[in-house]
Amino acid sequence: MTSLGKPAESSRQSLIDSRFIEFLTKSWSYLFLLGLVVFFSLSGQGFFSVRNFASILTTSTLIMLMSIGQTYVVITAGIDLSIGWTVGLSSVTTARVMRDLAASGNDVAFAMLAGVFAGLLVALIPGLVNGLLVARIKVPPFIATLGMFGIVRGAAFLLTDGQQVVRGLSAELRESLRAIGNGSLLYYIPDQGFTWFALPPDLPPQQLRLVSQLLPYPVIITALVVVVFAFILARTKFGRHTYVIGGSEEAARRSGINVDRHLILIYVICGFTAGVAGVLHLFRFTAGAPQAGEAALLSSVAAVVIGGTNLFGGEGDIMGAVVGSLIIAVLQTGLVILNIESIWQFIVVGVVIIIAVLVNQLQSALERFGSNV
Amino acid sequence: MSDPILSAAGISKFFGGLTAVDNVDFEIYPGEVVALLGDNGAGKSTLIKCIAGVYRPEQGRVFFKGEDITHHTPADVRNRGIETIYQDLALAENLDVGANVFLGKEKTRRLFGLIPVTDDMLMREEAAGVLDELDIHIPSLKQKLVNMSGGQRQAVAIARAMYWNAQLVIMDEPTAALGVPEQRKVLALIRQLRENDIPVILISHTMHDVMAVADRMVVMRRGRIVANIPRAEATEELIVRHIVGSAENGENAVMA
Repeated sequence: MTSLGKPAESSRQSLIDSRFIEFLTKSWSYLFLLGLVVFFSLSGQGFFSVRNFASILTTSTLIMLMSIGQTYVVITAGIDLSIGWTVGLSSVTTARVMRDLAASGNDVAFAMLAGVFAGLLVALIPGLVNGLLVARIKVPPFIATLGMFGIVRGAAFLLTDGQQVVRGLSAELRESLRAIGNGSLLYYIPDQGFTWFALPPDLPPQQLRLVSQLLPYPVIITALVVVVFAFILARTKFGRHTYVIGGSEEAARRSGINVDRHLILIYVICGFTAGVAGVLHLFRFTAGAPQAGEAALLSSVAAVVIGGTNLFGGEGDIMGAVVGSLIIAVLQTGLVILNIESIWQFIVVGVVIIIAVLVNQLQSALERFGSNV
Repeated sequence: MSDPILSAAGISKFFGGLTAVDNVDFEIYPGEVVALLGDNGAGKSTLIKCIAGVYRPEQGRVFFKGEDITHHTPADVRNRGIETIYQDLALAENLDVGANVFLGKEKTRRLFGLIPVTDDMLMREEAAGVLDELDIHIPSLKQKLVNMSGGQRQAVAIARAMYWNAQLVIMDEPTAALGVPEQRKVLALIRQLRENDIPVILISHTMHDVMAVADRMVVMRRGRIVANIPRAEATEELIVRHIVGSAENGENAVMA
């Protein structure tokens, strides 16, 4: 048999090396997350508790949901800067539809369902427009989504008549929102054990403070979205084509992949996961806010990068984004518990992003070196 | 002689005011290796892309095995059995060999008898099979292409063409980026294709390659075919004179 290229011995050697490097560079974020949890658990009072972990998970859902769609976009070597405001648009739309339907005498459950549907649907529009601009008109993703950033921001504030929140949600509606947004499938009450769906109404306040939410609804919903989109990306033809486009758009085109359609769908997915984030935000805070996802945008990009997704495309996965989101949420909560001014959080996250990019570059450099041995 | 497997008649392609291909007739017969030669901008690549469905020629028709494929999409042309290996190979270097052999035509299986997922194991095995047939050895099929040598990548591109039962293979500068041993390997692969009765259109600047494997040399100049020379009558010098234009018209060559 003829061997192409280097002799078998040295290639086996470099293969082992590159696997080791791949392991280190791929799992550093997991190790880093673990290290952070250990550090805060040892140094921060009350950090190591089921209650706090449930709260961290709940906090992370906003960034996590946004980073799921963002991962798809970044794998195709794009970026979506507009989803922060898509979260707000979705939150505001959901709030208004719920308010108006409930106010005109409809059943609260129906109003909520219709509101959720409207909120998810409206989030697809900026995604669709982004996709059309990028795929069909070849506008660079940065520019297209920056334009959409402004447009969606304006649209969200138009829907609140310039206010910071949608006003006029009835008490009954807010209570129903809270039941889901701050509810849990499973609770643990010390001395009383586990209870499903809701707490006993006669629970004394001093016990209420000790209750742990084991499966908060926002976390369950986010986990579902994570599983579905991680599966699509890792296992299906659609996911494979996403990587092909990220590796070489030209190769994708010539192999018969409908690149334009695929890119449009990916920006729509990105809008969709931002829409879920917006709806969940409304449920958690019971107020439709245009700026709901404003600060989370950069964090979602950070989560994607920290998770090892290559900003030049072709590499990355959803689990990376999940770990990246958790790192940011752990930092946010941990620094608060340590009583460190929250401003430091920006600096720490910034440093972590730079480390992530350095590790990524180190990986490519070592791989190149390994293949040239 | 039998009928040509592919014939292009009266092909013209314009880009704005520029005539890239000018009323070209081109034929290739089963089991034939035809070299397509010419200087940069002579229209070789444009002609190939008109055949492969990448460009739509403004005039002329392309027939493959008697069927008019003139305005087919690249995917349709591929499905008919014409595989084009471009100079840049059109591979996804971030993926492994299996994924690249099946690029855009991934094999799937049903998870729980329901959800279609990519069958990476099967694709890797099939890729290994075709590489074996071509006598190509790649250390690990799980490796990403970005970590492979130029020759290995070229081999993957050829293996991909072969896997899909190519009935005509078009290669654009297949040896340009390779070292000498790898060049030899690629030329051996071309001969093997001919032995399997699969015709090859070979675009190359490397006269040595062309003289080594081609049965016929077709020279293009300024969008037209200016020479069509059987291997037996071809010399390097004659071909070069046609390429630079001094064979048919001395003054033109000087003015160009």
